[in-house]
Amino acid sequence: MNEPLAHGPFIAILAMAAATYLTRISGYWLMGHIPMTRRVRRSLEVLPGAIMAATVVPIVAKVGTVALIAVAVALVSMVIKRNEFVAAGLALAAVSLARAYGL
Amino acid sequence: MTAPPHSRAEAPYWSLAGLAEGARRCGAMVPGTMVFAAAYGTLAAQKGLTLTEATLMSALVFGGASQLVAMEVWKSPITLASVVSLAVVTAIVNARFILMGATLRPWFGALPSWQVYPALNSTVDATWLVATRYRAEGGSDASVFVGAGLALWVVWVGSAIPGYLLGAFIVDPKQFGFDLMLPIFFAAMFVPLWRGARRATGWVIAGAVALIVSYVVPGWWFIVAGALTGSVAGAFIDE
Repeated sequence: MNEPLAHGPFIAILAMAAATYLTRISGYWLMGHIPMTRRVRRSLEVLPGAIMAATVVPIVAKVGTVALIAVAVALVSMVIKRNEFVAAGLALAAVSLARAYGL
Repeated sequence: MTAPPHSRAEAPYWSLAGLAEGARRCGAMVPGTMVFAAAYGTLAAQKGLTLTEATLMSALVFGGASQLVAMEVWKSPITLASVVSLAVVTAIVNARFILMGATLRPWFGALPSWQVYPALNSTVDATWLVATRYRAEGGSDASVFVGAGLALWVVWVGSAIPGYLLGAFIVDPKQFGFDLMLPIFFAAMFVPLWRGARRATGWVIAGAVALIVSYVVPGWWFIVAGALTGSVAGAFIDE
């Protein structure tokens, strides 16, 4: 398991590509095979935001104040003007400023 | 299965005009994708990937967040153990594509499988948003999704190269917050996803569970653990 692999980087990239393709097709495939009950539908409605929350919260907790500022700026920007890229740009600018001032 | 939301839309089809329409609808997302790609290229250079490896990863994986996270996990030399962990981390970070694919079933379901399964390579956050909006407007041309995918793929692969070549020398990703692109992008997505308190309760549970798991279990399992707990909980919370 821990010996360096010949062509290791290429094998890793192919494995990542295969894993990603599986995620792209499996939901589509699954929906052709399971009954869409009310509970299943509700669970699917909550899932996208749940994935994002489950990603963002631990990262913010780990990185600290600067990450909190970035996330807050992105959220407020999106509420005012619903444009992901304006939000991301403003959040990056806020992080740059915060870090320039030593946060 | 209950009636799909677009059951009365016309049957799905393919067209060259749809490819162009999909590319056009991605326009607003191109600058952000370029910045994101350049950040990836910079990180890849810092992690010691060759330009060929970095470009190949963009071309074959085509998943921004997963590639950035993979750069955090990537350790030279690559061993069998690191191949497994990179594949698993990539699948976990891209697990949201499973759901996106599920939402495309009512639209693409009438097309032959041999056409749909290759087309699903287009799935990323931005193309899924473009396709979902187009579908909500009553469109049925599956080429819009693929056109969006092809356009963003070219931007994604092409923009990583200057990031790789220049970023390693002139840009510190941390200085401009590129290291925080993932939480920024995901946090921004909460607003268009907002559909009221019931779903948000599931999100809060997801975040709380993920936070606890991130302190207890090493690696990126906290995303799957939190997201699954939150979505299952959300299914049982009534309005």
